[in-house]
Amino acid sequence: MIQVSHLTKLYGPRAAVRDLSFEVNQGEIVGFLGPNGAGKSTTMKILTGFMPASDGKASICGYDVFEQPLEVKRNVGFLPETPPVYPEMSVYDYLEFSARLHQVPKLQVSTAVNTVIDKVALGEVRKRLIGNLSKGYRQRVGLAQSLVHNPKVLILDEPTVGLDPKQIIEIRELIKSLSGDHTVILSSHILPEVTATCQRIIVINKGQIVAEDTLEHLTARMKKGLIYSMVVKNPSKEGLESLRKMDGISQVTAHGSKLAIEMKSGTPEIRDKIIEMAVQRSMGVLEFSVEKISLEEIFLQLTTIETSSQPASHSADHSQGAGV
Amino acid sequence: MKISLRNIWTIAGRDFKTYFTSPIAYIVIAGFMVIMGWMFFFNLSHFNMQNMQYQQFNMGKGVSITEGIIRPLYGNMNVIFLFLVPFITMRLFAEEKKLHTIELLMTSPVQLSEIILGKFFSSFLLVSIMLVLTGVYPIVLFATGNPELGPIVTSYIGTLLLSSCYLSIGILFSSVTENQIVAGALTFAAGLFFWLVSWATQSAGPVWGELLTYLSLISHYNNFGQGLLNTSDIAFYLSFIGLGLFLTHRVLDSFRWR
Ligand SMILES: Nc1ncnc2c1ncn2[C@@H]1O[C@H](COP(=O)(O)OP(=O)(O)O)[C@@H](O)[C@H]1O
Ligand SMILES: [Mg+2]
Repeated sequence: MIQVSHLTKLYGPRAAVRDLSFEVNQGEIVGFLGPNGAGKSTTMKILTGFMPASDGKASICGYDVFEQPLEVKRNVGFLPETPPVYPEMSVYDYLEFSARLHQVPKLQVSTAVNTVIDKVALGEVRKRLIGNLSKGYRQRVGLAQSLVHNPKVLILDEPTVGLDPKQIIEIRELIKSLSGDHTVILSSHILPEVTATCQRIIVINKGQIVAEDTLEHLTARMKKGLIYSMVVKNPSKEGLESLRKMDGISQVTAHGSKLAIEMKSGTPEIRDKIIEMAVQRSMGVLEFSVEKISLEEIFLQLTTIETSSQPASHSADHSQGAGV
Repeated sequence: MKISLRNIWTIAGRDFKTYFTSPIAYIVIAGFMVIMGWMFFFNLSHFNMQNMQYQQFNMGKGVSITEGIIRPLYGNMNVIFLFLVPFITMRLFAEEKKLHTIELLMTSPVQLSEIILGKFFSSFLLVSIMLVLTGVYPIVLFATGNPELGPIVTSYIGTLLLSSCYLSIGILFSSVTENQIVAGALTFAAGLFFWLVSWATQSAGPVWGELLTYLSLISHYNNFGQGLLNTSDIAFYLSFIGLGLFLTHRVLDSFRWR
């Protein structure tokens, strides 16, 4: 349904997104997870035709995003990071405008608007001016806008940001109910957000995909810890033994003078202790570096708690579920 | 690609309604009508006094209604539009950028040209309504005297074209910033430039002088004011409007690339 290959977006010399490739199948709900500045919004703006990519290809429903933007836009509903609402319009008028913009046939406009008002539970405020609504309602109006033309694909950029816990749950239920009929990509920097709604997760960091899998597989992978690499002059037996005995280290393997030190997951920072030990054993440290940033490192940058007002048990559940 | 009138109307209709949900349109229209009313009254009484003097001293036929009322009245109206158009256009794109609603427009299945034309027609419609409201003055003239119809009609056509040039400048400057005040100020400055450019003709050499006169928005109005429809004037105004809207397209398109 959605195919992205080697997508790159440069802002000046800096890449916001680099060589991104992924696919989303029909009816799937896919979570786009990454810390702030990872490139989630940039990717979504490219997919929705708001901005062109610097390189790469993307297609939605078989239409090329750059060659056939109008066909793509007809099939996509988009909720940008900031809900694109006009404060001086009433909810009903705004949704009607949005339906017309998306070329809903004239005679079906009012049905489409009323249907989406019911779906997103905006009945109470249908005649109110959007400018007078709370943040939660404005977000819902934005979501309704993305749904009003009943698109095949929904692209939602941080759909529950700034909502209260009750609203968050409602929106999540709504999004889940859309799977099957709609293909959904939603982005979030909040781990429990995607674990609660998505079947598959794409983890993105600094513009690149670092993991792409189902929730269970990701959790399993996260159990594997971080790996450091250390180059020494003298990889003595005793030295290696002492390192292996240290708390938090699960395995040390030597390839000549290059050691791979694998950490247990959830270990606090002990790099200086490792180096100290190597110095004590006269191993002669030449180099020390991080071999591979574990998924966990990235997840540590993510928000794992939804809101301070969220019941503690609820967020803890989700966090544990993801193994953080 | 084919342009869809329905899309243009969707955009234009929303923008037109927005004029009347903020005080701007009311203030612009009220200000316009007060100034125009005052000018009409002033021109009329000045004209009557002049003609009374002509009769008193038997100096012949006196000034015609066209020369004494119509030309100054519509000439002044053009100056007023120079001041008012920035208020009409400053919001059009700047506000969409500020509110992020430009993201809705640009990710909807409408073409950028349809969005720009929609914005243009919403402001064009507002100006047209203001012009229709000034229709009371010719009606008063027809009720009390015997004015020529031709110059009135051509004055309206000329004014509509000239103010559309200002609209096109205004839409262009509204697309370069998300700050309405900046957009309005730039529009006024540019409008003034194209209006005054003919003043520099005397000091410029003959070739430059001719070019500057050609570029001046106001010099192309003169024929309209005298009841003459000249295709080269109409073509100039239409090209000017087209160029402004084309540049707006370029600005908004390149803004996507950044
Ligand atoms: N208009 C822009 N100009 C320059 N840099 C930008 C612009 N928009 C975003 N960026 C940069 O691109 C990177 C990705 O941003 P974004 O896609 O908004 O991330 P996310 O949505 O994941 O938080 C960030 O480093 C951000 O600073
Ligand atoms: Mg973002």
